[in-house]
This record gives sequence, structure tokens and C-alpha cells, in this order.
Amino acid sequence: MSEFPSNAKVVVIGAGIVGNFLVGHLAELGWKDIVQIDKGPLPNPGGSTGHASNFIFPVDHSKEMTSLTFDSQNQYQEMGVNNYCGGIELARTEARMEELRRRMTSAKTWGIEARLLTPEEIKEMVPFVNVDILLGGCYYPTVSVVDSLRAGTIMREKALALDAISIHPNTEVLDIETANGAVKAVVTDKGRIETEYVVIACGVWSPRIAEMAGATIPLTPAVHQMIDVGPIEILGETGNEIGYPIIRDMDVFMYERQTGGSMEVGSYAHRPIFHHPNDIPSIEESRLSPTELPLTEEDFDPQLEDALELMGDILDGAEIKYGINGLLSLTPDAMPLIGETVEVRNLWSAAAIWIKEGPGTARVVAEWMTSGYPELDPHQSDIARFYSFDRTEEHVLNRAAEHFNKTYGIVHPREQWETDRNQRVAPFHDRTQALGAVYFQAGGWERPHWYESNAHLVEKYAVANREHEWDARWWSPIQNAEHLAMRENVGMVDLTAFVIFDFEGPGVVDYMQKMTVNQVDKPVGSAIYTPLLTEKGGFKADLTVMRLGDDYFRVATGAFDGPRDESWFRKHLPGDGSVTLTDRTEDICTIGVWGPRARDLVSTLTSDDISHEGFPYGTTKVATIAGLSARMFRISYVGDLGWEIYVDMADGPALWDALYDAGQEFGVVPVGAGVYGTTGRIEKGYRLMGAELESDFTPVEAGLARPKVKSADFIGKAAYLAAREAPVTTTLCTLSVDDHTSASGVKRYMTGTEPILTLDGERILDAHGRVSYVTTAGAAPSLGKYLLLSYLPPEHAVEGTKLKVMYMNELFPVTVERVGSQPLFDPDDARIKQ
Amino acid sequence: MKVLVLVDHDRGTLDELTLQAFTAARSLGTIEAAILGDYESLAPTVAEYGAATAHVITHPLLVDYGSEAWADALVQAMLISGAQAIVAPGTDRGNEVLAHVGALLNAPMVANCVEITAADGDWSMIRTRWGGSLLEETTLTADRKLVTITPHAVVAEPAPAAGTVQRIEVDLDDSVARTIVADRVQAESGLTLQTAPVVVAGGRGVGSPENFAALDELAGLIGGAVGCSRVVTNNGWRPHSDQVGQTGNRVAPDLYIACGISGAIQHWVGMMGSKRVLAINTDREAPMVTKADYAVIGDVNEIIPAVIAALKAR
Amino acid sequence: MKVLVLVKRVPAPGAKINITPDEQAVDTKNLGFAMSPHEECGVELAVQLVEAHGGESTVMTLGGQEAEEQLRYAVSLGVDNAVLVQADTDDWDPMATAAALAGAITEAEAGEPFDLIIFGNESADSGGYQVGIRAAHALGRPIVSGIKAIETDGDQIRARRQTVAGLEEYRLTMPAIVAVKEGITLPRYPTMKGRLNARKADVKASSQPHTPGGQKKIRLIPAPETVSNTVVLGEGVESAGKIVDLLVELGVLT
Repeated sequence: MSEFPSNAKVVVIGAGIVGNFLVGHLAELGWKDIVQIDKGPLPNPGGSTGHASNFIFPVDHSKEMTSLTFDSQNQYQEMGVNNYCGGIELARTEARMEELRRRMTSAKTWGIEARLLTPEEIKEMVPFVNVDILLGGCYYPTVSVVDSLRAGTIMREKALALDAISIHPNTEVLDIETANGAVKAVVTDKGRIETEYVVIACGVWSPRIAEMAGATIPLTPAVHQMIDVGPIEILGETGNEIGYPIIRDMDVFMYERQTGGSMEVGSYAHRPIFHHPNDIPSIEESRLSPTELPLTEEDFDPQLEDALELMGDILDGAEIKYGINGLLSLTPDAMPLIGETVEVRNLWSAAAIWIKEGPGTARVVAEWMTSGYPELDPHQSDIARFYSFDRTEEHVLNRAAEHFNKTYGIVHPREQWETDRNQRVAPFHDRTQALGAVYFQAGGWERPHWYESNAHLVEKYAVANREHEWDARWWSPIQNAEHLAMRENVGMVDLTAFVIFDFEGPGVVDYMQKMTVNQVDKPVGSAIYTPLLTEKGGFKADLTVMRLGDDYFRVATGAFDGPRDESWFRKHLPGDGSVTLTDRTEDICTIGVWGPRARDLVSTLTSDDISHEGFPYGTTKVATIAGLSARMFRISYVGDLGWEIYVDMADGPALWDALYDAGQEFGVVPVGAGVYGTTGRIEKGYRLMGAELESDFTPVEAGLARPKVKSADFIGKAAYLAAREAPVTTTLCTLSVDDHTSASGVKRYMTGTEPILTLDGERILDAHGRVSYVTTAGAAPSLGKYLLLSYLPPEHAVEGTKLKVMYMNELFPVTVERVGSQPLFDPDDARIKQ
Repeated sequence: MKVLVLVDHDRGTLDELTLQAFTAARSLGTIEAAILGDYESLAPTVAEYGAATAHVITHPLLVDYGSEAWADALVQAMLISGAQAIVAPGTDRGNEVLAHVGALLNAPMVANCVEITAADGDWSMIRTRWGGSLLEETTLTADRKLVTITPHAVVAEPAPAAGTVQRIEVDLDDSVARTIVADRVQAESGLTLQTAPVVVAGGRGVGSPENFAALDELAGLIGGAVGCSRVVTNNGWRPHSDQVGQTGNRVAPDLYIACGISGAIQHWVGMMGSKRVLAINTDREAPMVTKADYAVIGDVNEIIPAVIAALKAR
Repeated sequence: MKVLVLVKRVPAPGAKINITPDEQAVDTKNLGFAMSPHEECGVELAVQLVEAHGGESTVMTLGGQEAEEQLRYAVSLGVDNAVLVQADTDDWDPMATAAALAGAITEAEAGEPFDLIIFGNESADSGGYQVGIRAAHALGRPIVSGIKAIETDGDQIRARRQTVAGLEEYRLTMPAIVAVKEGITLPRYPTMKGRLNARKADVKASSQPHTPGGQKKIRLIPAPETVSNTVVLGEGVESAGKIVDLLVELGVLT
């Protein structure tokens, strides 16, 4: 081993699955002077990788998780440590069968082979399964087991061969020094290393290491129990490490995976058990390893019965040879934590959760560090996605406890968290509560999704309920009724969850121009809707910019995007202090007022000129409403005349009351985010960050390219200009569902991420291999249709084209209604611009 | 204070650990030896190690070892000699006999002490727990004090004393005969993990069941037995009966050759009694390497065949 | 054959044993618990004897409620009955323990003695080497300790123990007691079925007086760390000769 280094370009802390792949990828991308350290020995330093079950189920409903997994599996395969053994997810209940049909659909979307099995077919493949208790299963031929330790060694050796790295096991980090908000050095028990970058790839220890630098990596070590039972003759007879498909007994949250002549039985059914990173035993204190803690049998015992019920024939007499409370990392939302920490410059987090996405996660981090933004959009994995209150230990534990038992759960795409609610409430929360608001959480805010007080409108507008419980879950026909009431009269929407940033200073015009695609150097009082792009021309953000003064801009962005956008803005602030960013989210509340009678309503409360001519669309000004100083912004995300009205938090209740009281005369209804975020939006074809807008797609493809390009330079401009010239390979389209009736005669309603297919049921890919899938699905009550947004390649992006959408493993006919951004409802925006 | 030191012997053959007990007991007062059975031949040796008097305690039932016979006789010798304490080596017999004495006297017995501080009333001592992984400070309150000494806690050092021989004839009830050695048997022949002088053990680094052939061959050449780590049995490469470790066999050979075994603690505790450990491992930092007496850095699947070749070439 | 085996709940530590700040106990925060290894073999012996000769086996421990875990573990391996001698504190010295166990054994026997009672030779944690012997005296039965092999015809047992010289054999007429050492049997692992049976097993409770003897633990002290100075003989196949030299040096080869 070489002498301990005193300098490095980057110190990678951790030699588990992520750390090892990271150093390999960094080396391949040309990095030199990489120093990798781990407090444990190699090849197994004692972290979660060392006791991982090492199997990969490739299908997830999340595009990002599936992509990371798919890339990881390919990386394992390329280095010869991947063994496709197949796997079966079992259903003991009809609800699970439905979930498996949903899985089939996701598998189709992401192009992964899967097929449903009857109990008899399961028995043929795995004779020792008791199929009497099963309704069926879903088989994935590309489920695999990998050798994660060997893979790690190969990656380290790759970096060594490129002369890019020195590796130091048995080296413990004592401190991370920072200077001027950036990392400076890593202090270890073997010496101090000055370095430009530090990457924390320490899995369950990450929070502890990050804390040394004053940063947070919000995850918790959590127990996953597993036992190893054997010997089992039928398994031994295979003569293989794994000769039978891996079984996931989904309804009891367990898996059974062959390892040679034994069966590993693992569970996610036991109570959530957490350990603080500081309380993980050291290597020398550990009987097995620091992350293989003693099995607490009383927690596992109930699962034994479930396992015996399924595989009693072979498990009954098998001996429990090994059992652990194995530690793994749980994050607040079950997604990885990657990217530069928001607290310390050049301090990066590389925390995956499972073996299945570790290598892909590492590749994303390496690309991100190298070129400013990775190939695969890390939208859901970006460590900057959390608000400060989401990074607290308490929140991590609450959410991890809530989702642990959902590891194999059936989680509805609209499902809401139960814990840590009411983190933030609008100042008129008591008013919305009194109106029977049903709240969904957005950026910590409790945001009304619909109002039970509007229930009577369901009958008035004859809104049908949804027949299938799944489709009706986390949904109400009231949403559609609110929509129609707004279109008829006027609605008021609680938009307090908006994230508001103020940018001020002498450099602000240049700065805002650099950040945004569209021209924002416009007269004071202008408001501009604009994307922000990555260097490669993909979407990074999508927001509105208001010019409030010569050197003063205000940005309003979505509640789910706030922290990520803030991080992006801050990262690019000029170093000379000529621009300041102030988060005003907590100071300002917002109510949207929209509908044909919006102007009538607001007119009764103000003497300011709010006529179409006096207050044109796309402008903002301060007005006095009901005696309150209010900033009004004439804009619409729902397709009707109206304003976003911003007032100081303290004035929120007065504004609500004034609008609500004055509105009675005009038939005002409170309208929830169900309309604002889905039905109103989709009728107008408005795009949403994270749904339609991802870094994989360009403004041209999303139909958001303006006729002219501003002369000022901006991030991603070169790529944007190129995209405007290049042949279009895909375009965001609006489709309608022609017939909702399923084979069993029940009307079904898509929720999103379903594949759009040809009439032959084939997946549709564009020239770059991007698949067509539903980015948003929702009712268009004013049109009497159910709409889907999806990117489509040119041959299908033709109005009137008939295609199919898969939902719950069934095909439904759809028609392409619009290509590009022209809305289906009020295509000329006459309602807005009146 | 007068202290009796129990002489552990088998029909006149001294267990050397006895001498450590003599050395340790010296600071406690006047020490006298208790030799069970008519084995006066042991007297000069114990005198050499500080026994002012050697009590040769005789009875027909003391010809061979028996825990109850020894204990009963020892209690009588204690009473006759006026000793207030008995110190014994922490051997199987020493601990066993003193426990019986404790039961007979209804007195406490403190096993495996490494250090004793005698005072007029209570004694204070440091004793071993957890096989020596941990120490305990203990006080002993009793009229008659019974203590055994941890093997190898002190180095036996001569301190010649007068060594007067005092013969004591004791009365023993016939019933004590029930725990006298009834027979002696030759140790089973054939090499087992427990009896082999050398254990050649393989771990994950061996890589496959086929690669164990070389370990078998090496063991055959040097008179050893083959063991393995847990991961090996978990992989089905070797039968469970070969497993060394916390959950498998515990071995204590003269030489333990750990081939491609990282040295997880659960394995280490199964072979930590080995006199010498040779680790062969690719990882210089592996716990097995850092804890071993000797190490060779490299791939076991290259090194073992080379050793076999070298042995055959001799 | 009626067989009783006695076990003790002890922490299952790694290499390094930490002591609690009050120096009174092993820090078990991250440790599991087990019975002492000798006793694991004793449980296996009890199960094997009953498998071979019929009858029933019982496991007994003295400890807190949590010690039920070890009793149930024994049941999961095939022991028929379990008795917990309740100890609400952990300051039971060997004399107190032996007296309580002897009382509980008499109570459990209800006039019908166990043919064989099996103790571990010494507990893994405190290592007092005497509880079985004291209990034997209290029960008036013969005991031999350090036993590594046993045979029985149903009336007599032949128990062997290893000495420097070889093996010595003892013959006891039952009812009798042995204190066994690890290696006497190879303990089995519990089966899944056994584990489930154990969950449902009825654990009888026994309450016995606590009469301390004269041995008192003051505090625990960490053992001085042993530092090994590994002699690296060399790297790669070139070291083969050095290994052969070492085998000669150590007397393995002549």
C-alpha cells in the first residue's frame, strides 16, 4: 500500500457498493488523485453491502428507480457478476393480483419482460410453493442475483489500472474540515488529506460523517431481518448458488431466495427498528459485522408462520443457521440521496438504498460531478429535494417508519403520508378546514385537494363516481364538480404552498437572464413563464419570474420543486455578492381567483383598474383589495380569467374572508388542488415539472419553445439552439381515452406512467429510445373527456391517430387529440384573455 | 495466616500449573501444600516453590483422583492444619475440588483469580471472566477462604522453603468412591478437528468446493484436519461438521492455518485457543492477518499448491 | 429417561466487550443473548438422550423474565418443558444460584427425581465453576464435571473427560449430575417449526429464596488489550518455502 496521501482531488469515503462504483466511474471519466477510504477491511468493510441479499427485481413503478436499477443491472452484467435467475411476485389476495396487473403495466412501460402466472404455472416453476393459498403471480425472467463484493473489487481495480486512485481500508474518518462553505480536508486516524471534493458514500453511517462537515444526509439505519435456513435437499440438488426463481411473497412482505443448499428468508413485515448512526457498533465490537446485528427473534417469529404456510414442505424441518437484524439505509421517501449537499460546497452525497440501484446511482453522481448534470434525471433522488424540516432526524424516522412496511406494499400513486402532517398550514387554514377541505401535502403545506362543502355540486353537475375502488382512491367526484363550478362562475384556490424567492442586487438582470430560457429583461410589472435548462438543454425547472423593480425579480415555483430550484439558483449565484436570494415563502400567502366572474368578484373589493386593458395578461402590480396591500399577477394555470393574489401571511385570513364573502354573490366556490393541478391544467395542456418536464426532454419537444430566442446567454442555450434545429423525434401530445370499459365491464381511469402502445400493443419508442408513456392523466370535465399527456414520435404525433393505453394489464383505445402545446379546451385562450 | 495450596497431580504426576498457584499464594501468608494420596514424592518440588509444610493426605480411596474424596480429605486437612484458606490452581481438578470444598463448608469459592489482596478480614481480588476477555474486582467475605488461580496469570518462581512433610490420615466415607476415576481410555485415534495438531481451514477466499482439494491434500501431508469458515458451509462447499467458529467447532491446535479467511470474530472465537496462527490472505489488513502470528500475503489457490509442491520435493 | 438441563442467559459479544458506565455489567446495547456454549451442548445432549431412550427433557434457568428467550430456544431445539426460576436482580452469586436451583429442582421433581441433570461446566460470562457442584451437594447426588462424552444404558452413565494424559471415565448410578463441556455434542440449530412451537410453549415459573454467599462483585474491568505482531513471511507463491520452513520450525514436520 502506498504512503498515506496528504492531498487529493477527491476523497471518496466508503467502499461499499456505491463507493466502489463511484471511484470506478470517476476514474473512467478522467478523474485522477482519487483517494478512497473506509474504516473497515476490504473487500467487505462491514457495511450493508456485505450482508445484502444481492438480488434485483427490475420493475418499479418509479421511472427513476427503474432506470437506476436497469443501468445497475447492466453494469453488473457487463462485469460478469450478474446471474439472471428469474423471480416471481406472488399474490395471495385479489388486491395483490390487481397490483401485479399494475406491475405488468409498469413493466410494459419500462420495457421489462414480465408475465402473469396461474398458481399451476407457479407450481411448475417452483414445486415447493404451496399454491393453494395463491391467486397467481407475476414472473420476471430478468430478476437476477449479483456478486456485489466482487463487483466492488472490479471497480476499484479499474480505478487502480487507470492509475487514478489510492485505496486505504481500515482508515477511520475523524473530521471533515470546511472553509468558506466548501470542503477543505478530510482528517483520518491515518492522517489529514487536503482535497477539493469529498463524496460521502458511507451508507448507514452517512449522517454521522456528513455532520462532521455541518451537512445533513437525511437517512436512518434501519433493520431488515433475515434468516438462513437449511440444508434443504431440493435446493442442494440444483448444484447451483441459485437454481429456482426468487420468490417475493408480497402480501406478507417476505421473500425466499435460494443460496446454495439453503434458503434465505427475509422480511419487511416486522416493526420498524432504527439505530442511530452513532450507535452502530464498531467492527471490533461486532460479533458478525457492524451492520449484522443480533436477530431479535420475537420480531421475526410471526413471519415464520407465513413462510411455513408458503413453503412448509421444505422449510418445516430446515434449521435456522443464521439470522440477523441487518442494517440498511432508509430515506424519508424511499429514494436515494445523491448530489451536492445543500450545506457545503463540493461535499457530495452518494447514498443508495439497495444493491439493485447502487451502481447506477454511483454513475449518476460521477457524471454529475464531472459535467454539471447527469444523463439520467435525478429528480427524485436529488438530495436537494428536501426542505430543512424534512432533513430532521425526527422526520426521517417518522417517514421511514411509515414506509418501511410498504416496501412490498401496494402504494397508490396519489397516496398521502400519515405522519408529519401539518408541518405548514396556510393562514386561512381554519377557513378551509371549516369548508371540509381534504388536504394533500405539498412541500410540507397542507393544501386542500377538494372541499367536502362542495359535495352538493356533484349532483348539480351530474358528476359520475368511479366504479373501481382503486381509481376512486385518493380522489373525489367533487374535484370535477369544483372544476365545472369554477368554469361556470368563479373559484378561489389556496396557493400558499407556492415557493417564492426574491432576487435583488445590481447583478440581478444578468443573473436572471443567465438562468432562464425566456426573455426576462422586460419592463417592471412584467411576468414571464419560463423554463430553466441544464447545460445539455433538458428541463431543470419551470417557473414564473416577475419583474418587481429594475434590480428586483421574484420567482414563484411549485411546492414540490422549491428546494431543488433554490439549490440550483444558489449554486449559480455570482461569487461577488451582486445578487441576493431571499426565500419569501414563509412571508407570503397566495389565493388564486379564476373563473368567468373573477373580475366581477375582485372589482367589488378594489378600486384599482383591473380591466383587461388596464391590467393585461402576463403582468403584475400591487393593488389594494379589501383594504389590504396585495400583489396581483394576471396568469392562469387553470384556463380561466383571473389572478394570483399575494398578500402578507398575516393578511391571509382577511383576504380569504373578503373574497369568500364578496364571492357569494357570484357563486364562488373554494377549489382544491385537484382542479388546479390536474383537471384545469390538463384541459389546457399545461405542463408540470417532474411529470412532462424532465431533463430528458427539451422545450422544443415539450412544445414550450418560443418563436424567438433571446440574445442573452443562458444555461443550456447552445443545446437549446441545437434542439430547435434538429429533427423532432418526439412531441408532447394530448390524447383522450375513447372507451374506459375494461374486459370485466368496469370503467377504469388511468393514473399516470402507463404505456402508450400501438394498436398491436407494441411499445412506442422515439429515435433516441425514449418510450411513450402517460406523464399526466386526468379528467377534462368541461370536455367530457379523460385526457392523457404523452410524448409521441412524429409517426404517431398526428391528430386523430388511434393508439392504445395499457392500464392494469388491459388495453384501452385512445385518440391523439392535440400535438404540441395547443390546448384542447379554449384553444385560443379567449376565456383567459377577456 | 496459614494457606493450604492444593497440589494438582495425577497419581503422582504434577500438573505444573500448581506451581503458579504456589507463587500466587505466597503473598497471602504461610503456605503449606496439600498432596492428596500417598505421593510424598511431590513434596520436594512444592518445597522448592515455597511450601513450608507438605501435608501428605492419605487414605485407600485417595490412590486415584476422585472429586468428592479429594474434597472431603482436603476439608479434614484444613481443619487439622488450622489453615484459613485454600488456594488451588484453576485447572479442571483444582476448580472442581474447591467447588466441592465450598459446598461441604458452605463457604464461597472464587474461581480464576489473577491477583489477590489479602487483608485481615475480607480479601479483594481480580478475577477473569469471559475466558479472560474481561476482569472483575471481587471481594470475598468468609471465615475460610477458597480461591483458584487463573492458569498463566503468574509465572511460577521458586522460593525454597523448609518443606517439612506432615502425613495426615483421613477418614472417608465409602460413598465418595462413586466419583473416583473408574477407568482410563486411550484417546480416540484418527485426526479430528479437536485432536489434530494442525488445522488447515478455508474461507471465502478458497472460492469453490473444488479448491478445497488442495487444502485436503496439504492437511494429509502434514498430519492435519481440514476446517472451514461459516461462509463456506453456507455456500454448501463443505459439511457443517467442518465449520470452525462460534456456531461450529472450537479448536485449539498447535498450528492453525487460515486460508482465505478474513477473520470475522465469530470465526476467531472458534480458533483463538490455537497456539500459533498462520494466515494466508490477499488482504494484508484482514483481521485474521493482523491477529495472526505469521502471515503470507497472496492467493491461497496459488500458495497452497506451491506449498504442496515444496513438501513433495523434500 | 427424565433429563434436566440448566442454562444461563449470557450476552453474545464480539471480540471487544464494552462495560456499562457504572462498571457493573457488560454493555449489551448491540448484543444478542445466548446460553453459554457448554450449555448449548448440554441442551443438545438432553434432546439426544430423550430421542435415544424416550422420556422427557426439561430446561431450567435462573434469571429475569427475559431469560425466557433462552428457555424457548431450548424448547425450539426439542426440549419438552421449561422452568424459569425468577430472579429480579442480577446479583445472584454462585451460592445463591445453586441453592435456588436446588430448591427449584426439588420442586420440579415432586418426588420423582430427574435421572440425569446436566449443567454447563462453567458459565460463559462469570465462569464460577461451581453452581452444578453446589446444587449436587444440596440434592445429595453425585456429580462429575468437565464431561466431554457420555453413554448410558438407562441405569448407569459412563462419563468421560479429557485430561492431559488422555480420557478418564467415571461411572455414576442415576440419578446423577454431570457438568458438561462444549464438544460433547454438536448443537443443532432450531428448525422453523421448532421455533414456532417454542413460541407457544408454556414456561413454568418457580420462586426461590435469595440467600447470598460471601462473594461480591465490585466492578468489571476491561482486560488489557493484546497486541499481535504478525510476522509476514512473504508474498505470493515465493513464500511456499518459508511456510515449509515454518512447519519445520514449529515441529509440525520433522
